Amino acid sequence: MYPFEYVAPASVDEALAVLAEHGEDAKVLAGGQSLLPILNYRLAKPRVVVDINGLPLDGVSVGDGRLKLGALTRHATLEESDEVARNCPPLREAAALVGNVRVRTLGTLGGSLAHADPAAELPMAMVALDARLGIAGRSGRRTVAAGDFFTGYLTTTLAPDELLTDIDIPVTRDMGWAVEEMSRRTGDFAIVAVAALIRLDRRGHVDEARMTFAGVGPAPVRVPAAEDVLRGAEPTRDRLGHAAETARAALTPESDAFVSSAYRTLLAGVLARRALTRAVARALEIR
Amino acid sequence: MRVSLHVNGRPRDVDVEPNQTLLAVLRDTLGIFDVKEGCGEGVCGACTVLLDGRPVSSCLLLAASAAHRAITTVRGLEDEGDLHPLQQAFLRHGAVQCGFCTPGMLLTGLAFLQNHPGADRAALRHAIEGNLCRCTGYAKILDALEAYAREAKRD
Repeated sequence: MYPFEYVAPASVDEALAVLAEHGEDAKVLAGGQSLLPILNYRLAKPRVVVDINGLPLDGVSVGDGRLKLGALTRHATLEESDEVARNCPPLREAAALVGNVRVRTLGTLGGSLAHADPAAELPMAMVALDARLGIAGRSGRRTVAAGDFFTGYLTTTLAPDELLTDIDIPVTRDMGWAVEEMSRRTGDFAIVAVAALIRLDRRGHVDEARMTFAGVGPAPVRVPAAEDVLRGAEPTRDRLGHAAETARAALTPESDAFVSSAYRTLLAGVLARRALTRAVARALEIR
Repeated sequence: MRVSLHVNGRPRDVDVEPNQTLLAVLRDTLGIFDVKEGCGEGVCGACTVLLDGRPVSSCLLLAASAAHRAITTVRGLEDEGDLHPLQQAFLRHGAVQCGFCTPGMLLTGLAFLQNHPGADRAALRHAIEGNLCRCTGYAKILDALEAYAREAKRD
């Protein structure tokens, strides 16, 4: 690791002042599960590391029909919290798939979102769940929809002098859900991941469907064309297959050193069908 | 910078550089060599320690961030010179080949079984999926964990 200056601010304002002073030369340290590998391998050379773990940003609460999570909420908390399990069970399922147990002990929700790996589960879950991200800056506070936050590969709308402080998610108790992914080894980033959410009406027809993918583009991808196939329809096996096929046809993933674009596309269709099937089964239980 | 670490129940005041990981300080400053260095990116599990009872990669934690928190290495499992019952189970079942992954396996397995007493083999497999054994001796490691889980359940 290259040498750096270590700063542990005692308040959000103090953290923002440090970030404003150092700009691109400063790196925020939250759970460190992405930053430390980068530093260990000398892929970055920040002059200042701003450890925000002392800031009061780790609460989980529910109010006004929304689940509110501090940016320092650990993945392990998302897995274990009763509030999360009751009010947003899809988030629990997504968090349980992140990395390995050690990553989930220290890794934070805000850190995962700010890092914005295109194959990561939590950015995908935030887009699927219509989360709203709270961001503090020197000139005040702004909020941004998760769908607008991720702008590209490891890139977000966060400015170097801003801090992601909190995330709030509409309480999601009335939708069936499933998160499916395939990775080369358990704990690796997914080759493709998909989150499916389905709400059924009284007749058992699809009232709302959301399909969001990770690993198929530079940021999480929602596929409205596939959702349209399901809306208002009876969720038969054929209809779910048609929706999965529509999603597959709409995606244009890149190839990389391990996996071709064609394989990724195929995988997306298979995982979409599995996720939709499981989400519908759960939606039937909830109804 | 001066940092107070609590390692295996003992306070240790050490001088650390801001860019030193907990792993580096445990090994190079404190001479605690039962913590192993493997991949340096949190994937292999060789450097696992318990931080306030939960498994973490000591290679992905700055020593400065670990101040005042309870750190347990595998040496912290023994009780007045007696091996922990899980360590004894590892010996009985031949769960140690080269030994490099063993500290991480023991600490990860123990932390999991403390929260999931009596867990079955499938759950134990899932629990240690982030710890790599390059001797591929997983079957005997699982035998040992399973035997310990059964014993602990009886007690």
